[in-house]
Amino acid sequence: MTNADQSGLREPAAESDRGQDGRPLQHAEAATQPVAVKAPREAQPRGAKIRGDRPIDQAEAAERFLAAPLHQKAHDARLWDLRSKRDTAAFGIPEWEELRELASQIKTHTLANLDRYLLEFEANAKANGVHVHWAADGADHNRIVHGILKDHGAKTLIKSKSMLTEECGFRHYMAGTGIEVIETDLGERIQQLDNEEPSHVVVPAVHKTRLDVAEVFAKTMGTDPENDDVHYLAESQRMHTRPLILNADAGMTGCNFAIAETGTVVTCTNEGNADLSGNVPKLQIHSIGIEKLIPKIEHLGVFIRLLSRSALGSPITQYTSHFRAPRDGTEMHMVLVDNGRSERLGMEEFWTSLKCIRCGACMNTCPVYRRSGGLSYGATYSGPIGLIIDPTFNKRKYSTLPFSSTMNGSCTNVCPVKINIHEQIFAWRKVLAEEHQIPLLKQGMMKAAGQVLSRPATYRAAIGAADSALKVLPRFAVYNPLNTWGKGREMPDSPRQTFHSWYKQNRMKKDGAR
Amino acid sequence: MSAREDTLARIAQNRPKGDHALPVVPNFAPLVGDDLEAEFGERLKRMGGRIAVPVPGEDPFAAVRERLDGAAVIASAVPEISGNRDLAQVARPQDLADVDVAIVRAVFGVAETGSVLFTQRELQVNAVAYLAQHLVVLLDPADILVNIQAAYRRADFAQAAYAVLHTGPSATADIEGVLIHGAQGVRSLTVILCPRGTTENATA
Ligand code: SF4
Repeated sequence: MTNADQSGLREPAAESDRGQDGRPLQHAEAATQPVAVKAPREAQPRGAKIRGDRPIDQAEAAERFLAAPLHQKAHDARLWDLRSKRDTAAFGIPEWEELRELASQIKTHTLANLDRYLLEFEANAKANGVHVHWAADGADHNRIVHGILKDHGAKTLIKSKSMLTEECGFRHYMAGTGIEVIETDLGERIQQLDNEEPSHVVVPAVHKTRLDVAEVFAKTMGTDPENDDVHYLAESQRMHTRPLILNADAGMTGCNFAIAETGTVVTCTNEGNADLSGNVPKLQIHSIGIEKLIPKIEHLGVFIRLLSRSALGSPITQYTSHFRAPRDGTEMHMVLVDNGRSERLGMEEFWTSLKCIRCGACMNTCPVYRRSGGLSYGATYSGPIGLIIDPTFNKRKYSTLPFSSTMNGSCTNVCPVKINIHEQIFAWRKVLAEEHQIPLLKQGMMKAAGQVLSRPATYRAAIGAADSALKVLPRFAVYNPLNTWGKGREMPDSPRQTFHSWYKQNRMKKDGAR
Repeated sequence: MSAREDTLARIAQNRPKGDHALPVVPNFAPLVGDDLEAEFGERLKRMGGRIAVPVPGEDPFAAVRERLDGAAVIASAVPEISGNRDLAQVARPQDLADVDVAIVRAVFGVAETGSVLFTQRELQVNAVAYLAQHLVVLLDPADILVNIQAAYRRADFAQAAYAVLHTGPSATADIEGVLIHGAQGVRSLTVILCPRGTTENATA
């Protein structure tokens, strides 16, 4: 055991597995400041209260997260660590900015020709012997998958983590069907066993401490409630899940990239559970958001280099899996899901949000997200990306979310596909104000702020110098009666350095040294 | 209208106007030095894998000999070594649940990341690479590609029903960021640099 410092936090990564040469490793989902303080046990703060279509009160949930200092501090530190590792990884590639630009352009091209690429994908998948289905929305997706499972008499389904199936409410739907769904990603499994949604697109249980996990596992898997050793907890889960994997009637995965020219579904994972889901049962199902299409295999040479570096700071995930055709004697289904995406494509200010590759970098860098936790957003997608896509699913329910931002622009700077996230956050504020989803705002001030934001270079230079959006934007654009973050507290201390000035400074250093 | 026609029609109507040509992806300079063996090994180690470079003329499996000796069930998919579980005779992937060590040959390696590629042909039964407790990989040093871009120029991805890049063993840090090897898949992955077709058949 390592020593705890005054704040109750242990040395980072002291318990992690080591490499062949004995050096500590950090290739998975972030090192941490493990929590050591045991008594009195700090209860895990729960997420936003959901009351039908009523607007989510993110501030209320954030207050409760802030009132749990152990959780809040660990959460903040771990995500900041991911963000720092991402910076180091990005800095290690001279062509990083060029890769981001290429990724963005490939996505623009694909989305502008999405009908053609979907047809190409469908034709190739069918030629590979795959059954292709089209789902109009989440409910349609759930019905289709349920139908496939019923046809095969399947009673159990193992699945890997998929934000799309979360978005569709797939697990909730299946709960009423008598078919058991078993999440096999450790973080996602923890969340399933705790009846909670994932709080982060990459690390679903990042808001939980080991004590929380020990409690959940003790209740649901019968582990020793007094033993909160992480190795013990992870191993218990492995032993508990393995028979479920071996006996499953069907397997399911999400999709990181769908290749039009070959009909391939690509998943990027660390645990090997997507490969177990796709390779053990004799029936496999892949759920695909239609925006996941990319034209060719060679384009993976751009996206794979960006994804894990942006997400975790590692050069690649442990497993990059390419599912193209069924194994002998098995069946393979792919479900192409729209669920509002074709509609969003027509939203002039917001369609580029469809480029998102769900790396989580914008969440890790966001001071609001880090300090309020993903569940405070009360939506499938949280953090900056959530602010700009949640309102497309339900304008009223998520009308307050675009105000949970300090507008520091950091999300835009780290996004590997160059989505202008902070500008879209601001654009949503205007839309929601104009449509009276929120009380009328001071239009003139919003307009002035809009002008500053519409010139990204100027805006970045300005917040770089001032180190705070507050110095550049009218106070009202940052704090207003509905800015759920600003309520009762000032702007969080500005991130130590903005990404752009950090990048410039470091790039110069390195170039100079060459 | 069906969901398919509906979605396609809405895309045709809503898609962003303009040319938006597909960009040409340039050939980026490799991030690694000329010694691909060393670069590969170093990066594999950072991702939690192990690297073994056999001494010429000696047991190529020396690095994993102890593990093999302690294993009850060995599944080999390579001619260099024979196990005691014949992958060709496996009726169901589930029958591999008790495999201690699996040995397979990689199609190629990638120096930029320390990755190795398998397809269904090398694995024989895909699940063996995940159900086994430990994975031993033979890689011909001549098969190490410089980077991920070069990997995706290979025809394997378009031809294989299943192709997978493994980079180290199964891993998770989902609980408080503590890194654990063997989350759901193999607990360890060892790459032995071993040219194709030169090693005498050894017995496990
Ligand atoms: S919006 Fe960009 S940074 Fe955020 S998750 Fe998506 S791809 Fe990553």
